[in-house]
Amino acid sequence: MTKPTDMIGKSETHESWDIVIEPNTSWLDLRLGEVWAYRDLLRILVFRNFVAQYKQTILGPVWFFLQPMLTTLTFMIIFGAIANIPTGGIPQPLFYLSGVVIWTYFSDCLVKTSTVFRDNAGVFGKVYFPRLIIPLSIVVSNLIKLALQSLLFVVVLLYYVFFKSDVFQLQLTPYILLLPVFLLLMAVMGLSLGMIISALTTKYRDLAFLVAFGVQLLMYATPVVYPLDSERVRALAGSFLQWNPLAPIFEGIRKGLFNTGFFEWWYFGYAVGISVVLMFVAVVVFNKVERNFIDTV
Amino acid sequence: MAKAIEVEHLSKLYRLGAISTGNLSHDFQRWFATMRGKEDPYLKIGQHNNREAGGKSDVVYSLNDISFSIEQGHSVGIIGRNGAGKSTLLKVLSRITSPTTGSVRVRGRVASLLEVGTGFHPELSGRENIYLNGAILGMRKQEITSKLDEIIDFSGVERYIDTPVKRYSSGMYVRLAFAVAAHLEPEILIVDEVLAVGDAEFQKKCLGKMNQVSTNEGRTVLFVSHNLTAVESLCNQAIYLEMGSMVMQGSTPDVVREYVAKDLSAKRSVRSTPEKTMGNEHVTIVSAAIENADASDTAAIIDVSSAIRLRLEIINHTASDVISVGFDLKTVKETVVFSSAQKLNCPIGETTVCTCMIPGNFLNDDLYQIDVYFHTAAMSKLFVNHNILSFEIKDKARENGFLGKINGVIRPSLQWESNATALFT
Repeated sequence: MTKPTDMIGKSETHESWDIVIEPNTSWLDLRLGEVWAYRDLLRILVFRNFVAQYKQTILGPVWFFLQPMLTTLTFMIIFGAIANIPTGGIPQPLFYLSGVVIWTYFSDCLVKTSTVFRDNAGVFGKVYFPRLIIPLSIVVSNLIKLALQSLLFVVVLLYYVFFKSDVFQLQLTPYILLLPVFLLLMAVMGLSLGMIISALTTKYRDLAFLVAFGVQLLMYATPVVYPLDSERVRALAGSFLQWNPLAPIFEGIRKGLFNTGFFEWWYFGYAVGISVVLMFVAVVVFNKVERNFIDTV
Repeated sequence: MAKAIEVEHLSKLYRLGAISTGNLSHDFQRWFATMRGKEDPYLKIGQHNNREAGGKSDVVYSLNDISFSIEQGHSVGIIGRNGAGKSTLLKVLSRITSPTTGSVRVRGRVASLLEVGTGFHPELSGRENIYLNGAILGMRKQEITSKLDEIIDFSGVERYIDTPVKRYSSGMYVRLAFAVAAHLEPEILIVDEVLAVGDAEFQKKCLGKMNQVSTNEGRTVLFVSHNLTAVESLCNQAIYLEMGSMVMQGSTPDVVREYVAKDLSAKRSVRSTPEKTMGNEHVTIVSAAIENADASDTAAIIDVSSAIRLRLEIINHTASDVISVGFDLKTVKETVVFSSAQKLNCPIGETTVCTCMIPGNFLNDDLYQIDVYFHTAAMSKLFVNHNILSFEIKDKARENGFLGKINGVIRPSLQWESNATALFT
């Protein structure tokens, strides 16, 4: 794109204008000030995401708890009873439930963000607001969902602590304090991947088909239903799986909760590094696409 | 007075054809060209956005080097034919899409109403949707709360305000949506043809509210409409776009006059010139015109009530004195309203004037086009001229009251009676 050369008087008048619309803006300009100005919209969208989801269902918000419980049950049957995959000495319900809750958070952030442009094409085509609000509302909604589902996990955990102390002893380690950082990293990765995919799908729709499949595959490539440090995993995939940037997060959380996972600071730094790179790419791609995507959907 | 909007050399390029599937090779060519520091190869071959011309390149300028400025407090109407770039201009101004070149500078908060009820969620109640829609349009929560009663009152749906909007009738939906929009308080309001929806009474209310916004509250309003009457009554200034370029900006009556003259009455009469003769070896059309049957009415726009006359001046070059003269009357959307043909005596080699009367109170409020055709007495084809004339019929009485258009292709004035009144007469 060529920049118009005759920007006469731009420098002296620029200050007095509230909005300047030009073909190109800085690649990394997130216009966070604008996002802040629209914070009420963010709040209302989060509210909408919750209310609209369970309207006209009998169980309503109970589904928030039923979903992870049912998935945990499925995993216990398939991976626990049938495939007989070891859980590193942790009771199966606790191991799977923690994995499911955390994985759901990541995959929901990713999947829902990846269709942002397509799902909101109608709104985006009619009115301007910082597009970043929509992905942010998805992350916040999922964070609230995660908090609710974590309550379920805490209840199950307490049950084991008080009634099943013969099979399980709580061994919290100081790494548990890193939990907020782990969740943030996961949000950043899910959001960034989702934003990149959503930006690319506006032009090349093939990617949309890949997402559903890819997320499923990614779950098996991540230590969700198995611990990274097990002989069977190493025999199957060698050390390959440990380079999945999600692995340090799942392992780190397990280290904090059960004192079983694998945690090293360089490994933690690896996840942080990948997240930062992903976020950088996502911001560039998203910024580029949001400006003109409405012409291509 | 201070400027609210300043547009400089604004252009917007669109690629025609299979945009949504993406074209990797074009993308690659573009990318490769920019990598070498060369100009985008698809930017150079842009041309005017003319639907009828069927251009050679697959890139068109939807907006082509537009510059204008709007002062604070003015209400400006944007007029032009379909595809003139009106909506693209509004989209660029409201930041939905970005320009290809040029810049726009805006002073103050902008709210754009390219549609009413944007973002309404069917499962949420009316009240919740007021908050959602208001926030999407840029209102703060406390702002909405403080105006909530007013909005509900304006919408006239207070009984259903806690019902999910999916249960609303489409009329109620629009009323609620417009009520939110009407209570926005931006410095600049951008309105597309959102008024085409809703019932007549509500349209009137909305136009009144908009009028109040621009005149009493000193706000800048940009308004796109095909309804010239609405533009004339709401806007003190107008911008006329044609094929992506700006033809003129000025006071509304001047611009509307120019638009009507250029766009419509130019084709209410046509005449062959020595350079360009209409016809072929069988028939020459010397002139063609749509005239008002009442010679005193010379307005460019014909009222529904007045009868009109198609007048054709032709020269017959065939071997027979009798030829069939006929025409199709079509709406601009190419729906044929009716056809009429008659075998007429047209002495060979002489200029003959053929006329056909179309009664008043018959055609509806619309734009019409005429195809003329000539056949031999045995109905073998001699000559056809498509879209030789075009004219507009307006229901001036209804439009001044902002009542909607009556349904139907034609609008005959019919006799009505009831047996009850028959007893007393």
